Amino acid sequence: MKLTRLNIAILAIISFAVPAWAIDVETPKRCTVCHSASFQGLQPAPRLAGQRYQYLFNQLSDLGLHRRDDPNAKLFMWPVVATVNPQTARELALYLSTIPPVAAEDGDAELIASGRKIYQEGMPEANVVACVACHGPNAEGVGEIPRLGGLAYPYLRRRLEQWGRQGGYNEATRPPMPHVASNLSLKQIEALASYLSFVK
Amino acid sequence: MKLITSYRGRGTEVGDEPMVLSFPSAPAGTPREGCRRRIVKASGLRLALQLAIAVVVFATAAGGAATKALAFSSHELAAKIAYCQDCHGPAGQGYRGFYPMPRLAGQQVEYFEDQLRAFVEGRRLNSIMSPVARSLSPAMMTALATDFRAFNPRPLGGDRRELAAMGEKIFQDGVPEQNVPACAACHGPEATGIKQIPRLSGQLYLYMVKTLTNFRKDRKEHLSDVMYPVVESLNKRQIEAVAAYVSSLR
Repeated sequence: MKLTRLNIAILAIISFAVPAWAIDVETPKRCTVCHSASFQGLQPAPRLAGQRYQYLFNQLSDLGLHRRDDPNAKLFMWPVVATVNPQTARELALYLSTIPPVAAEDGDAELIASGRKIYQEGMPEANVVACVACHGPNAEGVGEIPRLGGLAYPYLRRRLEQWGRQGGYNEATRPPMPHVASNLSLKQIEALASYLSFVK
Repeated sequence: MKLITSYRGRGTEVGDEPMVLSFPSAPAGTPREGCRRRIVKASGLRLALQLAIAVVVFATAAGGAATKALAFSSHELAAKIAYCQDCHGPAGQGYRGFYPMPRLAGQQVEYFEDQLRAFVEGRRLNSIMSPVARSLSPAMMTALATDFRAFNPRPLGGDRRELAAMGEKIFQDGVPEQNVPACAACHGPEATGIKQIPRLSGQLYLYMVKTLTNFRKDRKEHLSDVMYPVVESLNKRQIEAVAAYVSSLR
């Protein structure tokens, strides 16, 4: 992990003795059990490193309120988040957002070109918007919109399938995502997920 | 932190459900009189149903008088509206993605149509909107313009409120010493626009700043020519002030 001044500051905050309401040393360690020691993700748990602060906080909030209810969230995250208070969530989200992300690069390399086309241009005839409009030219996200670049292929594919084709799990996300994915075919989802897993 | 509880609501209020009625398609064999529309909910404090039926009939007289209607189904229109809303917001109020997607709600119909045509013809340059506009038939453009005109959500959010007062002065009075006319002279005292002149009230702050700053860069000659001397006479702070002012207008 690159030791920028901010990272050092964050580490200092969480490592030293702090008041009871602040983040404890144990909380990030608990996350590493599933999300890996470097927070780069370990299937099925997604990479948290380098994710947008506001997005991470919103997810912790949605998980705590049981608004994000996909099967893995229900099974793994609901019990965990029950022990995380909002202040801890804020500090966790901030800490994770400062860790440089590493791209998973585990998609199908042959689908990169078609995935890129969907991402950058959308499919107007099929009423699929260009992902780039919200997620940015390098899938880096902004504000509450998540970074997608370099997330693992299985995770991206699963989320897009859950929203678009399996139905359900729509209430927990924030607009416009459920609908955006609803017009994607499975092949298109595979292409998108493959492309994104390689984006740095 | 505001939590949005329902995406399906098309109104301004969280959890609003639209009242939607569908007209049945014309039976097979009868001349298709035109396109049917869904009634879309105009949001606001009261429920308001706006009914707009566009009837497009093309007839060719040739012996048996075959009628050909250029039309789209209500389903196609609803799907296209939802597609626009994915970027421009559930009620067309705009959205701050990586790029700011402008407010479409309440926009002047003529301006709306002209911008879509401009994207197709390359008079206005935008790598995301050009393919979008090319996928729309002229009839569809009119239908979308008419539908979005009816939306009336609250402005997305007034940014840089501290500049709004300065912006109001520029908007209403212009800046005579810089040869900047009052925006209100063309866009109206409440920035509602008219015909080809766009509504600015409630437009996104970031979008306004970006547009005014890049005006000439994103447009070929003869599109909104009248704006060129205006934008080039305003400095950065004045642009931000005007943007802050109009973004807060209802």
